[in-house]
Amino acid sequence: MADTGEGKKEESDYKRLHSFPLIRQTDMPEEMRVEAMELCVTACEKYATNNESAAKMIKEMMDKKFGSSWHVVIGEAFGFEITHEVKNLLYMFFGGSLAVCVWKCS
Amino acid sequence: ELKEEITRVLTANNPQAPQNIIRYSFKDGLYKPISHVDQMAIHFSLNGNLVPKDSDEGRRQSIKLNTAAEKAPVETSATAPEEAAIKDEERTEDTQAAGEGEAEESGAAEAAEAADTEEPPPPAVKERKLANQFNFIDRPSWTPKNPVRDRACQSEPTPCKTLSDDINQWVIHDAYVEELRKREESKEKEKPKAQVAKKEEKKTKKKGRKLTSLDSQRDEMDKISKAAKIVERMVNQNTFDDIAQDFKYFEDESDEFRDQKGTLLPLWKFRYEKTNRLAVTAISWNPKYKDLFAVGYGSYNFMKQGQGMLLLYTMKNPSFPEYVFSTESGIMCLDFHNDYPYLVAVGFYDGNVAIYNLKKATSQPSYKSNAKSGKHTEPVWQVKWQKDDMDNNLNFFSVSSDGRIVSWTLVKNELVHTDIIKLSVEGTTMQGPEGLQLQTLGCGTSFDFHKKIDYLFLVGTEEGKIYKCSKCYSSQFLDVFEAHHMAVDSVSWNPYHLKVFISCSSDWTVKIWDHTIKTPMFVYDLNSAVADVAWSPYSSTVFAAVTTDGKAHVFDLNVNKYEALCTQLVVPKKKNKITHIQFNPVYPVVIIGDERGHIVTLKLSPNLRKMPK
Repeated sequence: MADTGEGKKEESDYKRLHSFPLIRQTDMPEEMRVEAMELCVTACEKYATNNESAAKMIKEMMDKKFGSSWHVVIGEAFGFEITHEVKNLLYMFFGGSLAVCVWKCS
Repeated sequence: ELKEEITRVLTANNPQAPQNIIRYSFKDGLYKPISHVDQMAIHFSLNGNLVPKDSDEGRRQSIKLNTAAEKAPVETSATAPEEAAIKDEERTEDTQAAGEGEAEESGAAEAAEAADTEEPPPPAVKERKLANQFNFIDRPSWTPKNPVRDRACQSEPTPCKTLSDDINQWVIHDAYVEELRKREESKEKEKPKAQVAKKEEKKTKKKGRKLTSLDSQRDEMDKISKAAKIVERMVNQNTFDDIAQDFKYFEDESDEFRDQKGTLLPLWKFRYEKTNRLAVTAISWNPKYKDLFAVGYGSYNFMKQGQGMLLLYTMKNPSFPEYVFSTESGIMCLDFHNDYPYLVAVGFYDGNVAIYNLKKATSQPSYKSNAKSGKHTEPVWQVKWQKDDMDNNLNFFSVSSDGRIVSWTLVKNELVHTDIIKLSVEGTTMQGPEGLQLQTLGCGTSFDFHKKIDYLFLVGTEEGKIYKCSKCYSSQFLDVFEAHHMAVDSVSWNPYHLKVFISCSSDWTVKIWDHTIKTPMFVYDLNSAVADVAWSPYSSTVFAAVTTDGKAHVFDLNVNKYEALCTQLVVPKKKNKITHIQFNPVYPVVIIGDERGHIVTLKLSPNLRKMPK
């Protein structure tokens, strides 16, 4: 019990420690990157249970701000192969277990 | 019977009218003849439409024509009832009239009727314009059609890249762990070196920023520099266009009339503001780039010794030197290497020698001698490159007033000197303390190496002697020529005649020798100290000499053995002495340097350029 309790504590610790947004790969310019990151964080926190709504929110905001045809994938485990326009990709981790991939391709 | 007179009577009777008309008269109850028979016979009748102006009808019509549409209906309506009354009167009058005026009657009645019918329509008729063929024209037209052109364009597709990855929970977990670790490490590093590191970071950041801005500027400048150089040359060519044309194409045709004499046509003048106080001490043409020449600046004045400069000019840009090197001591001589045209050997007033590498961008010489490495103790008057020695090291010789001829070899990036020969003055060995034999050394002022015989060279001295030496013998001379009464300023082998050399001196003479004969073959007295003499590269009999009174003398032994073909005042001011002259190896141009630091290029006229057959 104690072990599992400690294990759970560790997990929650990890979650707390790992919940900051960690950018895995991006080639966006500085401003765009900061804005997109904040947007992703906001969306994920708002729709913590529903990935689809979070993705919808991110995609619509990006479309409005930076032009048409953004694509967003949020999940905990997936593989992908995408083609993105240069300087329009953001691939980041958030919340310890979520991965968000945002790219533009029309 | 013929004479019988028959009377004929003309009467106005209508022959066709009946002569006796009997009518029944009901009054009398019997047939009575009409007393008066109508005799009028109508031959022609035409119903006219003219109405007299003053009659009612005429007045009415004139009113109609004159008044406006508004008035017309009013008037016409007013006149209408009048007219009706008048019409009746007319009709009754007409019917009463018997026979006569039938035509009038009908005409009037008609007119009245016409007037009647006319009355109501006039207002309507007046406003409507008649569209008849005379007033109305149909004219269609069509603008020219513009030809249609198809034009298609396609924008470039936005650049795309593919990305593929696979993530699971453990990937995310690992990434976070890694990131945390990195952050901890950087925090640890920051703590001990907090302040210093911060300062350094700031500095590097600033430097980095400055560097980047400078770099970017430099990159831009680099890109522009090439273009700017070409533009500068173009501008110079435009400015000095006539000189460039003269240089290329002008041939003085008056030479034909000048009886073997020639002239020197002044071309460009090269001036640099920083060399205004310096004298030209050496000139040399680059063996590879025929328009590039190097000028050494220094001072011949023993009392005033200052800095020196090495400038490289090109004839393509007379306004500004290509390369500028500043030196601490005045330059006395320089020489380009034949095989490596970017290496310049330079001799200084303080006895040092140096090698400049033009390919490198530094303003310092690549190699320099110093007191430790055996520099001369007196000014170095001449340097000359030699062929690479057996180890393929570059080497050059230098001659100086300290009486030593030294060979400098570039061994492993250092200048190593080897004394070749000491110019000992014969007959002056003295007994010094402890039995040493001291020899006073003569002062070498110039030397020249034979073109074909590698080891043979000549040295001119301040005492006026010329020594023929060999590189192999370091203590003895092969021969001595009692050449001049004063210092020998320049010696030079003839490029074609292997036995002939020329020497000039401050004793106003230029002498031509055969090295096997002790006495000179030709002596020329030029009325002024001769500063420099040079053989021409195109002919074995042409040479030029410059004197300190500002004149240049060109001789051609083939043409005139005793007189100069051209004696020309080259330098404008009287106080200006000419110091050096050099022929361009390719073009018919000589450059002359003077004491003021100016360089003048002169073109040789055809008479001076005759090639021997």
